[in-house]
Amino acid sequence: MDYFVFSVRNLKRKGIRSWLTLLGILIGIAAVVSLITVGSGLKVAVNSQFGASSTEVITIQAGGTSFGPPGSGTVIPLTKQDAIAIEQLSSVELAIPRNIEVGKMEYNNIVQFGYAGSVVDGREKEIYELVGNIEAEYGRLLESGDFGKVMLGYSFYEGEKNGYEKDILPGKKVLIKDKSFEVVGIVKKQGSFILDSIVWIQDSDLENLIGYGDNVSLIVVKAKNKDSIDRAKEDIEKLLRNRRDVKIGEENFEVSTPEATLESVNSVLNGIQIFIIIIASISIFIGIIGIVNTMTTSVLERKKEIGIMKAIGAKNSQIFMQFFVESGMLGLIGGAIGIILGLLLGYVGIGAINSFLGSETQPQINFILILFSLIGSFLIGSIAGIFPAMQAAKQNPVEALRG
Amino acid sequence: MKKRGEEIIRLEGATKYYHMGEVIVKAVDGIDISINKGDFVAVMGPSGSGKSTAMNLIGSLDMATKGHIFLDKEDISLLEESDLAQVRGKHIGFIFQQFNLIPTLTVKENIMLPMTLQNLDADEREERVQDLMKKMELQEREDHYPSQISGGQQQRVAIARSIANDPEVVLADEPTGNLDTKTGERVMDFLNKLNKEGKTIVMVTHDPDLAKKYADVVYWLVDGKVKKITRKKR
Repeated sequence: MDYFVFSVRNLKRKGIRSWLTLLGILIGIAAVVSLITVGSGLKVAVNSQFGASSTEVITIQAGGTSFGPPGSGTVIPLTKQDAIAIEQLSSVELAIPRNIEVGKMEYNNIVQFGYAGSVVDGREKEIYELVGNIEAEYGRLLESGDFGKVMLGYSFYEGEKNGYEKDILPGKKVLIKDKSFEVVGIVKKQGSFILDSIVWIQDSDLENLIGYGDNVSLIVVKAKNKDSIDRAKEDIEKLLRNRRDVKIGEENFEVSTPEATLESVNSVLNGIQIFIIIIASISIFIGIIGIVNTMTTSVLERKKEIGIMKAIGAKNSQIFMQFFVESGMLGLIGGAIGIILGLLLGYVGIGAINSFLGSETQPQINFILILFSLIGSFLIGSIAGIFPAMQAAKQNPVEALRG
Repeated sequence: MKKRGEEIIRLEGATKYYHMGEVIVKAVDGIDISINKGDFVAVMGPSGSGKSTAMNLIGSLDMATKGHIFLDKEDISLLEESDLAQVRGKHIGFIFQQFNLIPTLTVKENIMLPMTLQNLDADEREERVQDLMKKMELQEREDHYPSQISGGQQQRVAIARSIANDPEVVLADEPTGNLDTKTGERVMDFLNKLNKEGKTIVMVTHDPDLAKKYADVVYWLVDGKVKKITRKKR
């Protein structure tokens, strides 16, 4: 018996009410598919934000836990002297102080606020290496002695996107805090929001503009080697506790390794995934109830038809199969729409992540996932159909014929 | 093939009781019916006389509370529902007053359905369905749905469906009940033609003229019992 042809016919005559019950399966499958499509992409994108720097790099920032009454927890900044002291540690190869400041920059008579990051004169190459693969896309990199000059992140380049309505090319002048600076180059696209939208500037120039003295925003440290990274972290913490006179557990600074940062980000991502999977499970459960409901109604509506089928020789098993397959098809349709919706959502999600983080992640279409989703939704549907199909099969032919 | 005149269906003290709450309704109360191969049998009686229940028992659609029902010497009152379905599918064809076609299937598919249920292969089904549509003059309507054709045409589809698996017996429950006189006559002519070709026809009707005109044997039922049997001389 061609159960599939028969069930397609029956599905065609179903009312909108029946289709609405598919929403559960649809949302459930869409959630799973979009999650997996976005999820892997999201991880790649987020990791690339941090992965831009090599894994031996440790970042130190002032702040962290502060005690005492509100208002007393002012942040005591790190200083250039701290950096020098850290660099003396045997487990540390390099320690470079950097300042990240907010300021206004004017170009083409348009003023915008943005970030400027300092480079220490003579140590530019070390910084570029620590931060990642900093190379010039146009012009050249900011070099030693480049006072009164700046290098710009990639997102400043294109006039259509940079907010200045005009491309900023090497050789042009920009006004930072009303002082004129010459642009020496544009950095290659890094795929990281932070790195692509920063103004690179000599430390002394930035100090002149802001006046932070010896204070630094962060200290970037390179451990001797990958294996000594944990020891370097411990040494730095010990040193800074002494220098800043704080006890263990009361640190007013933070020494973070990329690995630890990645871990915490990934745990957040995993949390989001679990949340979506819970929503998907609930949706699918509701979907199952919906299909049971639709199919039970269908059995009642088609009671007479069941009677006719039995009168002309249909066995109980054949009646069962008809409703069972039909229910499975119902699930399959819900799943198929869900997959399409999920993929669309996945693409939109990846697009959003890319435009937010400036990354270039590609959505990952997982054909095995699609296949399993289709099989799964058919199974969900047919499992939901077992009970109604049994109801249909055990109808008494005479009673069923009365309708 | 059995020879004309040999017994094909026999009801022995067949009884069907229904429980209606506390009350037991004796729809059919110990009837004996014997139907021979090739007979055109009419079961007559006023409404509530149990004639439809009797037909359901003859057609193995319903199971008797008491008594025995023999189809071709086999006691089918002892069979399970699934086996009864096989008996119906192979040996008995049903025609109903309400036509009872499947609305989602076309004329052709409706006629094919009993063959599909018996897992006949596609080529044979196609060949037979073409024959049947030709016989019932339905070729022009093969892709129509039941709602798109007239009552008379629907009943002809039902007749074609009833003989799709070439059963020995065709049971017709008020086959003209929903048709006007002229269309009804046409349907009766088809049934009569089937009978002439050797099919055993059992027809339930409350129309004495119809019974008189077509039936060889008429069973008169009153209150669930056989009150009278009349035989036409051939």
